[in-house]
Amino acid sequence: MSGTERPLASVPAWLWAALVASMAAQVALQSLRPPPAAGAQDLPPAPRAAALRAASLGEPAAASRLTMLYLQSFDLGAGNRLAYRNLDYGRLREWLQVILDTDPRSNYPLFAASRIYADVEDDAKCRQMLDFVHQAFFGDPNRRWASLAQAALTAKYRLHDLSLAKQYSADLQRLTTDPAVPLWAKQMEIFILEDLNELDAAKIMLGGLLASGKLQDPGERRFLQGRLEAIEKRLASKHRR
Amino acid sequence: MRPVLLIARSTLLEARRSALPWLVLALLAAALALVAFLSQVAVTEGRELQAAFAAALLRAGAAFLIAAHASASIVRDANDKVLELALAMPISRSRYYLGKLAGFAATGALLALACALPMPLWAPPAAAAAWGLSLALELLLVAAASLFFSVTLSSVLPALAATGALYLLSRSLAAIQLLAHGPLAEPTWSQAVARRAIDGVALVLPRLDLVTRSDWLLYGAPSAAGLGAALGALAVYTALLAAAGLFDFHRRDL
Repeated sequence: MSGTERPLASVPAWLWAALVASMAAQVALQSLRPPPAAGAQDLPPAPRAAALRAASLGEPAAASRLTMLYLQSFDLGAGNRLAYRNLDYGRLREWLQVILDTDPRSNYPLFAASRIYADVEDDAKCRQMLDFVHQAFFGDPNRRWASLAQAALTAKYRLHDLSLAKQYSADLQRLTTDPAVPLWAKQMEIFILEDLNELDAAKIMLGGLLASGKLQDPGERRFLQGRLEAIEKRLASKHRR
Repeated sequence: MRPVLLIARSTLLEARRSALPWLVLALLAAALALVAFLSQVAVTEGRELQAAFAAALLRAGAAFLIAAHASASIVRDANDKVLELALAMPISRSRYYLGKLAGFAATGALLALACALPMPLWAPPAAAAAWGLSLALELLLVAAASLFFSVTLSSVLPALAATGALYLLSRSLAAIQLLAHGPLAEPTWSQAVARRAIDGVALVLPRLDLVTRSDWLLYGAPSAAGLGAALGALAVYTALLAAAGLFDFHRRDL
């Protein structure tokens, strides 16, 4: 590149001037242009999972995550004045389902559903997201348990719907078989039963868990033994009354 | 054998002295910068996002670079009369062709190595190694396709377009077949004809959607048997392209 080029001085002056002028015109034009205005767009209808797979050129894992980033952009501060809580949650659910179908091993859509999109003041929208997580959980319980555990917590503390929380935690306890699933997640149902004042059921479950020998950690055994004794005391005082 | 190695060596030397190494560095820098940005935007699975996107970008970029390099090299050889000079010497057409292919294979292997080097940042080394090996064979197939089309079409742009079409179709045909056979496909005769046509095209194309998959980096390398089968199919198609290219090259009146 260097040896075959003529020196800069060989370029005519008018060409220098034209180059500088056109560059200045370009910069001036762009600086006069107003900054891009945020629009208020709702989600377009979700594509079919098969179409998204075809467009991914054999890279479903990358396509699924990039589509998730696109979905995330439908939020305040990302070129859209419409915050996610104002989106059409029916469409949002379709998008999340398509993304999950494109890469079923990714937890991203379930994480977003349970921790971001479920965090809305509108109870109906929150329930839509929790239901999406619950339905998706059945597809791969050992991989998707964390999102259902979060959904159970949201149902309990955000919606104050203990029966929904109980349903989620019961499914979690019943369907997860992977030993890597932590016991706190499997034990959720016991504490929800306690909150529901279903002390007999909680006692049976807790007693069964302690008797099963699955608890290896002595601290955990001690803690749950204490909970069992507390339940038994509450039951005894209830029967006395 | 010696002329094949000499031509392969000169082809590799040509690649080293061209802008290809700088373009590979630019591709790596762009991929790393882009995934660093995307990981800031992701709320979870940041490492998986980086691995998947970097792998997809580097794979596509490497395929384009080897195809463009091979096409330009073959057409330049023809235009500069290097081909005529080579064939005036005691080198057969087959040896010249195979020498060029071996040179592009070595270039592709080095390109694949460069692309696989950052992968252990986000993926287990075994998965990164499987991905890199698969990419090397995929680039060999792309180089063979580019060589075939360059010899046949004698021009860079048509050869690049044909190679690109073959590559993109091979990567997406399985998904297109699924669409064609899906439950939403209408039971009309035109749909049936289209379905048969797609199935027919699938018979003569390689399954590039089964190799160099970014999900190997995310969820673990495939089994040795699965990897072997996928890479074996690539080798068979590369051999087909080489045979077709040699066939055409022998028939050409230079």
